[in-house]
Amino acid sequence: MNESTNPNIKLGQRSLDLRKAIVQTIASSSKRGHVGAAFSLVEILSVLYDDILRYDPKNPRWGKRDRFILSKGHGCLALYVLLAEKGFFPATELAKFCKSDGILGGHPEYKKVPGIEASTGSLGHGLSIGVGFALNARFEKSDHRVFVVMGDGESNEGTVWEAALSAGKHKLSNLTVMVDYNKFQSYSSTREVQDMEPFADKWRSFGFATHEVDGHDVTALRKLFKSLPFDSTKPNAIICHTTKGKGISFTENNLAWHHKNKVSDDEVRALMAELSGAST
Amino acid sequence: MRKTSLDMVYELAKQDPRVFFIGSDLGVGTLENFKQEMPDRFFMEGVSEAHIVSMAAGLALEGKIPYINTIATFLTRRCFEQVVLDLGLHNTNVRLISSGGGLVYAPLGPTHLAIDDIGILRTIPNMTIVAPADAEEMRRLMPLTLEHQGPIYIRLGKGGDPIVTTSIMNERHLKFEIGKALLMREGGDALIVSTGICLGAALEAAGHLAEQGIQSAVLHMHTVKPFDQTQFLALATKVRAIVTIEEHTILGGLGSAAAEILAETSFSSPKRFKRIGLPDVFPDRYGTQASLMERYSLTSGRIVSVVKELL
Repeated sequence: MNESTNPNIKLGQRSLDLRKAIVQTIASSSKRGHVGAAFSLVEILSVLYDDILRYDPKNPRWGKRDRFILSKGHGCLALYVLLAEKGFFPATELAKFCKSDGILGGHPEYKKVPGIEASTGSLGHGLSIGVGFALNARFEKSDHRVFVVMGDGESNEGTVWEAALSAGKHKLSNLTVMVDYNKFQSYSSTREVQDMEPFADKWRSFGFATHEVDGHDVTALRKLFKSLPFDSTKPNAIICHTTKGKGISFTENNLAWHHKNKVSDDEVRALMAELSGAST
Repeated sequence: MRKTSLDMVYELAKQDPRVFFIGSDLGVGTLENFKQEMPDRFFMEGVSEAHIVSMAAGLALEGKIPYINTIATFLTRRCFEQVVLDLGLHNTNVRLISSGGGLVYAPLGPTHLAIDDIGILRTIPNMTIVAPADAEEMRRLMPLTLEHQGPIYIRLGKGGDPIVTTSIMNERHLKFEIGKALLMREGGDALIVSTGICLGAALEAAGHLAEQGIQSAVLHMHTVKPFDQTQFLALATKVRAIVTIEEHTILGGLGSAAAEILAETSFSSPKRFKRIGLPDVFPDRYGTQASLMERYSLTSGRIVSVVKELL
């Protein structure tokens, strides 16, 4: 398995279009958002929603749907553009991101947004909620699955490891954790702030069948996700090696873009130009 | 009270497949019958209260009714944010059964004294807080927890607490409802409002006061949130003195809830009011629940003297 991202990987048109939709969302609404986190998640989420998850946007609470939790709720821009595209809510909502009359906040809310299974934003809750979902699926003898996308910084939280112990104990093979391992958290690199290495070994030691993958390589992601569950007696962990701000030269690994609250028109033009240029 | 509560969880689980039980690391043999008969709905998840609360929220979002039991301090302070977000914000049907509300764990010291649980949980939208006075009241409460919408915090007493509710309930034809205070005794001079086991002291005080010609109403506010403002104000209007008593810090609990309402109400006649509860300190002695209650004057004698002072 890959242990890091390939800096030369060429993003496909779909990846570029989703990033443009994220930029467009920011530009047309509140001119703010966790850009770096959203860009790092695009391929993980698009492969999930395009090829893996079972859902019905017209019946978002359909009992047999797969449950998806974006535990790193601040990456929600990437999720919102996908949910809008799939028809969970009208695309016009995107232009109301973080606005008082909109349903899409800076962190996703269960009661407001169709397709959101749990309100996240405070880190370290999603995996525990996912364990509850997975236990319920087992109790109901339902074949639907539970997917939780987490952050590397989020994995500093002690509750993540309480939940991991619990998932391992219950051998929840219907539960998959995907870590967006972009190696940066808000302040600095994960290595400097709180080094999680050996990260994959931590998940293995907590009882997870663990794989690593380049989180921007859609072919590799698809192939790996389709091979789930990895082991019928263990929960699954996938360390997705990613690049924070992936896709734009000046946002990649640039912490100024972790959270932007005043994205200027010039910056929007530069973002769109690069995304458009890259596609030619 | 704890035994009744957990026995009832077992009984409810037998009737209703939505009922799940989750413990942290409880005493050996706890709910053994539940574990044996319904193992797929029984979880003992280890010393990880924060995880347990969120996991229960996950089950509740799927339509289940999880009952969590562990020590009150660990179910309130340790996992406060999980309770706020995953129970309060999501408005999930999780039931928190908290062992050792108040001064029950006196011998174990301040880490185990749940003297602020009501105050901190009262700040959470959608939260319901119930402190029954005795085991028989617990028996009346528990079946109602199946259909109640939103999270409920159930505060347990020590166990073996004197039964004070049943004869009065029968005599006065009262019915237990979540959110509806029980008028256990009528009286036009003073109003004594209690919650949890302090009802015993309140009734005893009202008896002593009556012997001295002072008639006190006793309102049992088993549900501190939502606070039965209607009944409270209807009674407060008629009396000159209002006293609250609770096995809890005077900050944020029953007395604070009453004070907030009184302060914002214009009465046609002046009122005097006092909270009886624990002072704003960490209790500095071990001993027993009873000895700490005595030390901090959570007693019928104290209620009597306060009522007389206010009148």
